[in-house]
Amino acid sequence: MADGGAAYGAPDRPESRTQRIVRKLSRGPLHLVIIGVCLAWMTPTAGLFVSSFRTRSEIATTGWWTAFVPPLEFTLENYQHVLTARGMGQSFINSVMISVPATLFTIIVAALAAYAFSWIEFRGREALFLVVVALLVVPIQLTLIPVLRMYAGLGMTGTFPAVWLAHTAYGLPFAVFLLRNFFIALPKDLLESAYLEGASHFVAFTRIVMPLSVPALAALGIFQFLWLWNDLLVALIYLGGFRDVAPMTVTISSLVSSFGSEWHLLTSAAFVSMVLPLIVFFALQKYFVEGILAGAVKG
Amino acid sequence: MRERVGKLTASPWLYLAPAFALLGVFLLYPVTNTVYLSFFDRRSEVFVGLDNYIYLFTHPDTLVVFRNNLMWLVLFTGATVTLGLLLAVLTNLVRYEAMAKAIVFVPMAVSFTAAAVIWRFMYIYQPAEFVQTGVVNAVMVALGFDPIAWITTRSVNNFALIASGVWMWTGFALVVISAGLKGIPTEIIEAARVDGATETQIFWHVLLPMLRSVIVVVAVTLVINSLKVFDLVYVMTFGNFETDVLANRMFKEMFTFGNFGRASAVAVILLLAIVPLMALNIRRFRREQ
Repeated sequence: MADGGAAYGAPDRPESRTQRIVRKLSRGPLHLVIIGVCLAWMTPTAGLFVSSFRTRSEIATTGWWTAFVPPLEFTLENYQHVLTARGMGQSFINSVMISVPATLFTIIVAALAAYAFSWIEFRGREALFLVVVALLVVPIQLTLIPVLRMYAGLGMTGTFPAVWLAHTAYGLPFAVFLLRNFFIALPKDLLESAYLEGASHFVAFTRIVMPLSVPALAALGIFQFLWLWNDLLVALIYLGGFRDVAPMTVTISSLVSSFGSEWHLLTSAAFVSMVLPLIVFFALQKYFVEGILAGAVKG
Repeated sequence: MRERVGKLTASPWLYLAPAFALLGVFLLYPVTNTVYLSFFDRRSEVFVGLDNYIYLFTHPDTLVVFRNNLMWLVLFTGATVTLGLLLAVLTNLVRYEAMAKAIVFVPMAVSFTAAAVIWRFMYIYQPAEFVQTGVVNAVMVALGFDPIAWITTRSVNNFALIASGVWMWTGFALVVISAGLKGIPTEIIEAARVDGATETQIFWHVLLPMLRSVIVVVAVTLVINSLKVFDLVYVMTFGNFETDVLANRMFKEMFTFGNFGRASAVAVILLLAIVPLMALNIRRFRREQ
């Protein structure tokens, strides 16, 4: 705030041309700082993106920022290679197979519970909800060993259902918390008149609460989907060592440990994993940010 | 009528059962079981009392782990909150606010795994006689400094890792604090201005106190994440070169050393560090009701 000319909602009083020029000039440092930060924030991702189209020998000998100096030489070979020979194609499918069902399960199970917490009176409701709030921040590390042993006993390690169930359970505290806060704010009159007219809870839930909550469900769905898409730990523990079911995060981390300086592989593999989140982010930014704001308490 | 009332009151458990069955099997029971296992040996067969904890709190290797988590807690949280707050106030003053915020926010959408690759790439080191292909060292050389092996040099690598975390999370702090900033009525700021307050005074004496609760929420989230940090460290260094942290140490105890007693004890220490924040959350929640 060293910039003295800057102002919140600049005052409306008329100003002369010189005043305006002085004000614009005095805001120079402000723009410089913001644009500088934006450039700094984009550089790492830009470097990865550009490098993923460069050949192995070019990446190893010159900085990616020299790629725009003619002769321009870009290639798609890195992508072709990681998708086919390095398992990223299969891993992409696995990431979808893990994230989509687990996101749907989380939403359905959480919505049911959130409905009970907001519209059904029962003894112990507050206490039970406090359990959910407490579980919001419990690190999943506390669950890994017993759950892994349970899965080993059931022969479930390395299977999709194992991660679906674990992801659903881990996502529930946040999902129930978010949906309950939304459901409870729905118009009371609407639901009460439905009950008076003889609607059961199930009808109220499916015909009134769910349709009215589409924005919250969408925000939760996008948030949860990206969270699962980007998960490394859960997949590593319950699917670790099973290459045919590994999601992209696991495959990339094993590429890093075996080909740590083969940057033509690592940059393109990393970018393959980023494509979907980036599309989701830019297309649905509003919902994504809503999810973040609503979930600011989540750990 | 009575019949319907009966139907209405009988149902909560039907709605809650799936959620609480999952929470019970995957969270409540495992947490208590992990606490129990932390008092047993590597195969969970022999009771060893506090041995695992004594080991963790006395062995030099694991003391480094605590130091690193503490560094993450202080530096990561401090830098991310400060940057987020500063950018929230500054972007609020320009017309391209939405775009600037989106740019800083983008890293939140990608995985920590991809971010770890991105930052390993940023930190690439070549001996001084070669061309630097990593951005950070290229800038160092351009400014007349020697290139640094950021990942392996013990005096700087934790800072380098933390910087990558700050890059990821600043967008979160920015977006949440910015939303709080929008909630401050402009009349209050105008009134301060009319009374002759400078912009700097307004920041310290009007904006900051009014943003306090939002900043606390952001800081709590970041502290929790600094304690749980895993992916960035796992992919960037696997905890080597004295960069290990609790979550990665637990992974190593499980899969590298096969010691489930110590791994459980590491998890319990993580929980104990987070319990105060859990209490804070519950208190805030009860106050809001």
